[in-house]
Amino acid sequence: MRMTRLAATLGALTMALAVAACGGDDEGTGTGSGGGKAGIEGKAAGGKLVIGVKADQPGLGLQSGTAYTGFDVEIGKILAKGLGVPESGIEWKTTVSANREPYIQQGQVDLVVATYTINDERKKVVNFGGPYFIAGQDLLVPTASTITGPESLAGKRVCSVSGSTPAKRIQTEYKDAKLQQFDTYSKCVTALAGGQVDAVTTDDIILAGYAAQDQYAGKFKVVGKPFSEEPYGIGLKKDDTAGCNKINDILKAAVTDGSYKKAWDDTLGKSGTAAPELDTTKLTNCA
Amino acid sequence: MSTDAVLYDHPGPKAKARNLVLTIVFGIALLGLLYWIYSRFDEEGQWAGSLWKPFTEGSTWTDYILPGLKGTLQAAAVAMVLSLAFGIIFAVGRLSDHWWVRVPAGVVVEFFRAVPLLLLMFFIFFGVPFLTEQPMSIFWAVVIGLTLYNGSVLAEAFRAGVYSVPRGQSEAAYAIGMRKGQVMTHILIPQAARAMLPVIVSQLVVLVKDTALGYIISYSELIQLGVNNLSANYGNVLQAAIVAAVIYIVVNTILTTFAGWLSRRTRRKGRAPRAAGATTQQATIEPGLGGGGGGTL
Amino acid sequence: MDVFSDPLNRDVYITGFLWILKLTLAGGAGALVLGVVLAAMRVSPIPVLRGFGTAWVNIFRNTPLTLIIFFCYFGLFSTLGFSVVDDIDLNNFWLGTIGLSVYTAAFVCEAIRSGINTVPAGQAEAARAVGMTFLQTLTIIVLPQAGRAVIAPLGSILIALCKNSTIVGTIGLMESSNAMKELINANGNAVVPIFLVFAGTFAIVLIPTGYAFGWLANRLAVKR
Repeated sequence: MRMTRLAATLGALTMALAVAACGGDDEGTGTGSGGGKAGIEGKAAGGKLVIGVKADQPGLGLQSGTAYTGFDVEIGKILAKGLGVPESGIEWKTTVSANREPYIQQGQVDLVVATYTINDERKKVVNFGGPYFIAGQDLLVPTASTITGPESLAGKRVCSVSGSTPAKRIQTEYKDAKLQQFDTYSKCVTALAGGQVDAVTTDDIILAGYAAQDQYAGKFKVVGKPFSEEPYGIGLKKDDTAGCNKINDILKAAVTDGSYKKAWDDTLGKSGTAAPELDTTKLTNCA
Repeated sequence: MSTDAVLYDHPGPKAKARNLVLTIVFGIALLGLLYWIYSRFDEEGQWAGSLWKPFTEGSTWTDYILPGLKGTLQAAAVAMVLSLAFGIIFAVGRLSDHWWVRVPAGVVVEFFRAVPLLLLMFFIFFGVPFLTEQPMSIFWAVVIGLTLYNGSVLAEAFRAGVYSVPRGQSEAAYAIGMRKGQVMTHILIPQAARAMLPVIVSQLVVLVKDTALGYIISYSELIQLGVNNLSANYGNVLQAAIVAAVIYIVVNTILTTFAGWLSRRTRRKGRAPRAAGATTQQATIEPGLGGGGGGTL
Repeated sequence: MDVFSDPLNRDVYITGFLWILKLTLAGGAGALVLGVVLAAMRVSPIPVLRGFGTAWVNIFRNTPLTLIIFFCYFGLFSTLGFSVVDDIDLNNFWLGTIGLSVYTAAFVCEAIRSGINTVPAGQAEAARAVGMTFLQTLTIIVLPQAGRAVIAPLGSILIALCKNSTIVGTIGLMESSNAMKELINANGNAVVPIFLVFAGTFAIVLIPTGYAFGWLANRLAVKR
């Protein structure tokens, strides 16, 4: 009998855990169906949209409290509006660089607006609308630093995110630089503040976001000599050509009606940088 | 043997004096080290109010830390249940009389014990969808990874536990006409579970900590939300990590304390196999560590 | 398997496992020494030492290794200014080794302590009766016997340490988990074979290691 009681105790405990755990499991894939159209427009017709954004990049996609803020997030809102989805119908989902393609392919997100550089490798698996912004790889250095560009990196310690395109470019094109890699840029910036690395490298727009943060005010500067071109696109399913065209139309309209400029001014533009001119003739052909 | 009093004599006046001197020397050295760490942190400005202030605000807790903790505990709780089940099933499998059950069960357990969880989670999330052509949710990728690894370790712990039950127990059970399955479920597993409780619990602590590896696929757990996302706002990554570490220590201490209470409770009610005599005592300790000692990491 | 016919990719693979090997050896040595000292502290007559050992075990055993490695970089190196060498990778290797050692030492300490429990009380009582001090009793009588009893658990700890060394990748070392990620990122179509090669390497080395320790433990077991 004693054994049965023990077994019963364990059993009850197990069940309690299971119930507690399942109660909170709210992994939604957010697939609002409806409307006759396929792809993104079909999803949007259901009044719901799941948009993947970064959660740890100040100025672009940052989880502040319960909300997400930043330029990417504002672009996401413009797109949702253009697709006829109210702001309350948007579900924001945190993505990191490594899981953007799988998320799109698996349908866990409908759109990705997450500092997502358009390149041929990625085009094989996803479709890109945009670009909505042209970034370039640059360097973030302490205000007093003598580093003036990638050429003066020889012997210096440069930090980037492991496996990222900027990290690979340093490895292959600037071999004299010493590369330190972390899993997030926040850690790189912390190491820069502590003096363990001499520079942080990634897209200028991301670096500007960190430089503008209150706690780093006046400590860092962006070198301002971009040494690559990173067109940021909006990722969606590979076969969704119609949706991609629709997104490009929305972007064109956003430039004309000023909402693109407003998105910039409300976020990254706060530091005084003027809104970039979006060349709508360079939008992808969605093929 | 009880270590508390056996290894040394009760101190006499001379030993007391020597112990006092050692206590003071070590104590001062320790305090000195702590003070040095404190002052280095001070020099680097790590105690600055702006870095710690976020933790006095309720929104920091309700928006980042508590949702992160919830993610950690959810994944841990589901994985605990599943890995206990996995452990029992595969332990029974490895003890089966049929080679076609025993061998595959052994291969599965040995394989998942040998592969780093980090690689396993990464593969489950990025690789398995290629095979199944089905999307894999982050939550389940974390849970399945945790289950396969910790379940395999638990399977070995249960198996060692079953071996530790005196043979007379199962012989007696067969003698009164119980079938194999009955002997296993009524006689062996309950006693094995009790004998292996410390090992099982330390493995569950491992499981809670291992949820942190979910960062590799950006599962929203305590480190992702409470350290990475939080510090992106306030630039206080070191402070956030200290707070997260304290939370982990508290959660795991609660789990260990609860297990201690459970083990005392069950021991009072019945005779654990280890009480059966000095010879079995060694048997319970050794396989326990053999199967689970490694699991404790 | 085409991925591994490219010598560059093979280099990534080999470098990754070389780091794992080095981390395991260095971390294992550090953890063993530290763990024995901690175990001695926990059974010593001096309360402060016992308290220190207990605190160590409770703190490090209950903190995720990810955070401990993180603290080695951002606490030990960044804030406290501790640095071994100038080279980034090598310095990160040593920081990682320290993290693995202090974490694993907590488990070694507990294994040795339960090993001490398997030594019959009469052994230590006899040692005391012939006038041995605490340190003599521990090092000459108890630990050698305990050591034989803990071979199996120490083997499991070593195996876990080997797998845990993949976590040092979080501070940028290109060990096998980062190597696998890099290869998968560059060869998205070959995820499954790449995983099987990396996981298989661990399995081929670690499963026999486990059996070897089991065999050794049986051979050296103190027969009572």
